[in-house]
This record gives sequence, C-alpha cells and structure tokens, in this order.
Amino acid sequence: MSFLLVFAIVLAIGLIAFVIGRQRARAQDDGTVKPHSRAHYHGWWAFLTGVIPAVLFLAAWDIGASAYLNSHIHAALPADIADGTVAHEDLAAGLVKSLASGMRRLDSQTLAALPQTFAELRPMLAAKGVALAPDTQDYMIPIAADANRVSDRLDMIVAVVSIGLALLGSVYGLSRITPRGRARNHVEKVMLWSLLGASTLAILTTIGIVLSMLFQTIAFFEKIPLTNFFFGTVWDPRFAAAGSGGAEGQFGLIPLLAGTLYIAFVALLVAVPIGLMSAVYMSEYAAPKVRAVVKPALELLAGIPTIVYGIFALVTLGPFLRDISAALAGGTPFIQAQSILTAGLVMGVMLIPVVSSLSDDIITAVPRAMRDGSLGLGATRSETIKRVILPAALPGIVGAILLTASRAIGETMIVVLAAGVAANLTLNPFEAMTTITVKIVNQLTGDLEFNTPQTLVAFALGITLFALTLVMNIVALYIVRKYREQYE
Amino acid sequence: MTDISLDTLASSAARPRRDIGIKKRYAAERRFRLYGVLAIAVGLAFLGVMLTSIVSKGYTAFWQTTVTLPIHFDEKIIDPSNKRATDPNVLVTANYPKLAEAALIEKLGIDPSDRATVRKLKGFLSDGSRVQLRAIVAADPSVIGTTRDVDILAAANLDSAYKGQIDLNVPESRRKVSDQQVEWMNKLKAEGVMAEHFNTGLFSYGASSRPETSGVGVALIGSIYMMVIVLLLALPIGVAASIYLEEFAKKSRFTDLIEVNINNLAAVPSIVFGLLGLAVFINFLGLPRSASFVGGLVLTLMTLPTIIIATRAALAAVPPSIRSAALGLGASKMQMVFQHILPLAAPGILTGTIIGLARALGETAPLLLIGMVAFVADYPKTPFDPATALPVQIYMWANEAERAFVERMSGAIIILLIFLMAMNIVAIVLRRRFERRW
Repeated sequence: MSFLLVFAIVLAIGLIAFVIGRQRARAQDDGTVKPHSRAHYHGWWAFLTGVIPAVLFLAAWDIGASAYLNSHIHAALPADIADGTVAHEDLAAGLVKSLASGMRRLDSQTLAALPQTFAELRPMLAAKGVALAPDTQDYMIPIAADANRVSDRLDMIVAVVSIGLALLGSVYGLSRITPRGRARNHVEKVMLWSLLGASTLAILTTIGIVLSMLFQTIAFFEKIPLTNFFFGTVWDPRFAAAGSGGAEGQFGLIPLLAGTLYIAFVALLVAVPIGLMSAVYMSEYAAPKVRAVVKPALELLAGIPTIVYGIFALVTLGPFLRDISAALAGGTPFIQAQSILTAGLVMGVMLIPVVSSLSDDIITAVPRAMRDGSLGLGATRSETIKRVILPAALPGIVGAILLTASRAIGETMIVVLAAGVAANLTLNPFEAMTTITVKIVNQLTGDLEFNTPQTLVAFALGITLFALTLVMNIVALYIVRKYREQYE
Repeated sequence: MTDISLDTLASSAARPRRDIGIKKRYAAERRFRLYGVLAIAVGLAFLGVMLTSIVSKGYTAFWQTTVTLPIHFDEKIIDPSNKRATDPNVLVTANYPKLAEAALIEKLGIDPSDRATVRKLKGFLSDGSRVQLRAIVAADPSVIGTTRDVDILAAANLDSAYKGQIDLNVPESRRKVSDQQVEWMNKLKAEGVMAEHFNTGLFSYGASSRPETSGVGVALIGSIYMMVIVLLLALPIGVAASIYLEEFAKKSRFTDLIEVNINNLAAVPSIVFGLLGLAVFINFLGLPRSASFVGGLVLTLMTLPTIIIATRAALAAVPPSIRSAALGLGASKMQMVFQHILPLAAPGILTGTIIGLARALGETAPLLLIGMVAFVADYPKTPFDPATALPVQIYMWANEAERAFVERMSGAIIILLIFLMAMNIVAIVLRRRFERRW
C-alpha cells in the first residue's frame, strides 16, 4: 500500500470520527447541563486524536524505513564492492534501487520465474518502458528482489499500525466526549502549536541554507586550500578528465568578487541619483494627480522579471552600445557587446524603483515640523530639501542604499546574460567581467557529478555571497530601524 | 500682483532692496526641480524603450505562415509493402514529409524528374509536417489513399521571409532563402495558398530544435504546476506564521529571532534558494531533478517572507476595537482571530499573495540550478515529471543563435508580461474594491 493511500485512509477515519463526535456531543446536550464547548469542537478533537498520532508515526516510519532499506541493500552488496570507495558503493546501491523500482512493473508470473542474468532481464524491463543503466550486474537481481520483499513487508506494517493508531485514537477521543469536556481548549492548543510550527519555518529555512552550503563548502575546502580560494587571482576551474594529475584547476575568488562589486558599483551610480531624485520629486513637488499616474508606472519597472532586463541588455542595449562605439572610433568598437557598462546600466535601471520607494518612505517619515520650520524661515523648497530633509533622512538613505547594493550583488539573470563569462581582472568598464552569481550558474547547470571541486566550488561561492548580503542586510535593517525610532 | 504693487510702493521710498541673491536661488530651485523631472523621465523612457523593443521584436511571433496543400495520402509512400495491418510501426516511421513535398511540387507545377529544381525546395516546408501528418493518419487510418487539404507550417526561414524580416537586397549567397524560394513564395502568396495565421502552436508546442514547431506550451504547464504548489503551501503557512507572530507571540528572544530571520530571508539573493533546493531537496531528500514539484518548493520558500510581511501588515491594520468587541462578547482568542480578524484582513492578504506569486512566476535563477534548464518536448503529466518554466524557456531561447528563436523569445516575454500584468491588475482591483480604511 502506498504512502498516499495510507494517508488518505487515516484522514477518512478522522473525518468519520469528526462526524460521529459532533453527533454524539449534540445528542448529549439535553438542556440539563450547559455544555462547555460547541459540538463541532468535540468532533474536531476526535479527528485530531485519531489523525495526529497516525500521521506522526507515518512520517517517522517513512524516514526510518528508507534508511533501513538503504542499509539493508548496502549490507547485501558483496564485500569486494563494499570495501571500495564510498562513491562506488553508493553507485552500486543506486543501481540496485533503480533495478528494484523497475522490477515493480513486472507482473507476478515474471517475478516468480525471475531470470538470473541482467542480459535476460533487461529486454523484459525495456518492454515495460523501464530503461536501466548498462552496468547493472547479475548479482544485483536477487538483492533487488529481496529489497522489494523487505519494503513490501515494511509497507504492510506501517499501513496496519498507522490505521490501527488512527482507529484507536479516534475511539479514545470519542469516548471522552462529555458535556463539560473542554474540547475547545484542546483543539485551540493544537492550533496554537501548528501556528508556532509554521512560524519556525523561517528559522528552519535559514538553518537549511547555512547547513546545506556549509557541508558542501567544507567538502570543497578539503580538496582546495582556503587561501587558494580567497586570495587566488585566477579563475580557471578546468573540467579535467579523471586521472590527468595536477589539472585541478584554479579557483580564485578575487576576479569574481571584483567583477561583482564593479558591476554593482556602476549600477548604484545609475540607480541612486535617479531613484533619489525621483523620490524627492514625487514626495515634495509632484501634484497628487501626477503622482497617481507616475508612481505606479515607475513601480512597473520593479515588477518586470530580471530575465527581461537581461534579454534587453543582451539583444538590444549591448549591440547598440557596441555599434555606437564602433561608429565613434571609426571601425573597431571599444565597447564590447557584453560589458560591465551594459550590465551595470541595465541593473541600475532595475534598481531605480527599489531606491525610490525605500527613500520615499524615509523622506515622508521626516517630521512635518522640520519642513515647515525651514520654509517659514524663508528657505526655498530645494534649499529645505538639500539642507534640512536630506541630512535628517541621511541615515535612512544610507540604509536604503545598502539594501539596494545587496540586491545588486545577488542579482543573477541580468549578469548571466549581459556581463559575460570571462573571469577578467580589469578596470575598463567597456570590457567584460564576470560575477559570483554567474559562476554559480555556470558550475551547476548541465550534467554534473557531484563530488568534484568544480561543482562544490559553487557552494563556496554561494556561502560567500550569502555572508556578504547577510552582513549588508543586517546593517541596513538595523540602520533603518534605528532611524525610524528616532522620529516616532 | 501684490508683488508689483509692493514694488511700486517701495520704489517711491527710494531705498534699494538689498541683493540677497534671490534670482540665483530661484534659478537653483528651478534647476533642482528639473533634475527631479529628468530623473523620472529617464526611468519612464527606459521603461518605454524596453517595452517597445520587446514588443516590436516579438509581436510577429503570434503569426505563423502556413501553406495550404492538398495532401494525397499516397499508400505507396506511407506503406509501400502493405504491412500496416500486422506492424503498427509502419505508420509511425513512414516518410510523411515526402507527402507534403509531393503536394508542393504539384502545386508549383515543377517537373518531379527535374532533380535540381526539386532540391531547391528543401527547407521550404517545416519538418514538423512529419508529426502533423502522422497525427492525421494515426487518428483515422482510412485517410490513406485519399486527398485532403492540410495547413503545413512553412519553415522558419520562409516564415521570416514572408513577414519581410529578411533583407532581399543582400546577395543571395549570404541569406538563408534563395531567389527561387522567394519567387515560389510570392507565387503561392498570390494564389492565396500561403498565408499568415494566428500562431496557436506558440501556446501548445514544447521545446524543439526547429523554431516553427517550438512553443511555450510545456513551459506554461510547468509554471502553472509551480504556481499551484506555491499557492497551496505558501499561503496557509505564511498566514499561520503571521497570525502567530502578530496575534499570539509574546515579545521574546525567540520571536525576535524569527522576525530578523524573515526580514533577512526577504533580502537573500534568489540564487541562494536554488543552492538550497539543489543540496536539500535533490541531493539529500532524493527528489527528481527538473521536476516542477522541487521548483514549487524552492519558490515557496522564496515567496514566504513576502506573504508573511504583507499578511502581518494586513492583520495589524485591523483596528483593536474589533478585537476588544469579539473578546468582550465571549469569543476565545482563537475564535476572535479566525472569525473576525482574518476575514477583515483577507483582501490585504490576497493582494500580498498575488504580488508574491507574480514575483515567483518571473523568477529564473533558482530554477536554473535545480535542473529546469532542460529540453522538454512532452507535457509533464504530474509535478514530478521533467518540466521547464516560462522564464527558463525564455532563457533557453536567448542562447539560441537563429533569429527566428529571438522572435519566439520576445513573443514568450510578451506572454509572460501579460500574465504578470493581469496578476498585478487583479491585485490592484482587489485592493481598491475591498480595502477598508478605519
């Protein structure tokens, strides 16, 4: 019986318990005693006493069973393979597993007279639409058959136990229904715990991010020394064939980090003045009617997916800048089609609404009295803005810029399409440079083997990126919060 | 007006006004104002240029040139040895493009024995005719031996030529359609046999190496699966988390930690979520690569902070008097939240959810890492089958060299933007109609 089917049966038992429980609570209400909870709370409590233990058991068993099955297969593998490298043993176990799941499709007659060699079995499976790796060995067939038998038995046990738990639990819940029973409090307690559980998911996600990247990063640094990564100036992760000694490749972070920061810097040069000025104009000058039209239009820029910006840079802006520079220089273009300038410009435009909406909030938070005081002393509006409002809002604006910078550093699709893949170290904004995010995508797309430094380096890059943005975000959020408190 | 009268009065007193640089200051004021207008103009101009460039490149993708030909389902070509009753493979592997070519030869009045001319026909009709004609025969084998009018797709280069996108002044050797083909094209056009139709294929086909038979159909299904998964997971979890944090949690270190986490997760680069998905869902839990289920999970984690922040704002906007009234009438705290506060906050929650979904729909980077950059030609039947997503399909077309793919790509961007616009408009309408101000 499959996992989903058992789950559905458990739920159905719970629902039946709900209906019976509600009925029962209603029947007990004869008007002599004032019931503590309304009838449907009794029903829900019967539902929960049935479903919760069964589902918890089901989840725990499912994890435990797959681990047990795994070790069962590993134990059954012949010793000469089990002694070999871990990767090889895992590979063999994986082959057994796919063989076992393929054999599930065969009918019982074929299974009873299972052929002894893979050469005979393979066409049978192929007829059922199961394609298997050619290096599956003959000795794996009995192991796979055995694994299927074991997992069938485990499935049987889990089905019986969890359905039994559901029945027992529901009967218990139903038997406890009395007019003064505090069913509502019980149900509400369960709800409160599940609300709490949902809110811890945010913490779990962060822990998941950190741990998942940390383990792979540690595996990476076991192969490549720390200093080579953090202080290396050459990025050349050769996808070397196995056995060609010494061709490990070089994994220098410096060119990627430089490219990331350079492009982010160009983007901020575009986004900060334009975003700030439009926020100032919107909050201080624009008539309400203009504001009602222009503000959503600018916010449209924020709603466009970054891939669209990237495509625009790749297909339109990049070639345009190259052709212009060719015309200016009379022949050879000095701006490459993929360049820091192109990526930075487009990213800057993407960030305009980020800067402007953040600084809009901050400017409007400056107290009215400061503005009125300055205007009352005879300052013009622009003088008020430049000498009073902006200095007062400065900490908040710095926070906003930091948040924007962290967006720029983590941005992926624009740089993947517009910045190029060559890991250069250059100061010329017309040349191509690459970024951390581009390399993460490069190293992890396509067919990959997981335990090579070439793929593991992506996680080291990822954790660097995460740490970088985390620090910026925390500092920025702290500044913005402090600033808000100042004027509240 | 008052200024003028004051001036005339002042001049009679004959005391010159002290020059406090008022002209300069007013000029500075005007300049400053101009900077503001310029900043906004630059932003809007860029938006305009970008949208125009995409629409002008992409709108032609919604039309596709076809050639209507009387196809004779010749038994001699489909099943020369008459074995189809015993071997169903015959109908699958038959040389269907030959049928289309034969019909075209007849239509153009070429002598079939004139090999040199017949060879020039190569690349006129799409190879997709194989699938198209096979489907007709598979649906109704009795069609063999009869003649029927079928709309055959023109090949991508002819399609571009028909739409006038190929410059015919370029020497023949350097363009992709020959003069002879252009001549035939004009002939068929004059006869009304070759014409442009609305391109339904763009919405139904999957990935293909031929531009004319590639479309966003499969990618759309993948995107829809992911959106459903995000909605089913992120909305309940997000609302539950916000209710706990806004209504129940007492201020403690633990709740502070949760809050810092949520604010920070909202600002974590999306590609990091892709790394998480790859390491945890695919490597550790063994879920299939390229599956929309995994994509949905990753996008759920990414969307949760957005939904939580919006929901908390909506819950906080419900006035305390409602809470007091519910509690005063004897509701428990849980009843107060679920029966009074939540319904009142629902429009705000929905708006936040739709905006979060729109962002998830356009997200590309994390999906690249979990293997959704895949050549998927068949519709995924379940969320566990290999699939792509709309923005990923756009990314893959961006890496193709042929110009016909650029057209398709821009068309796909238009479709994506229309979806996003529709979602945002729904969000705005919801907010306008149902939002209450207390």
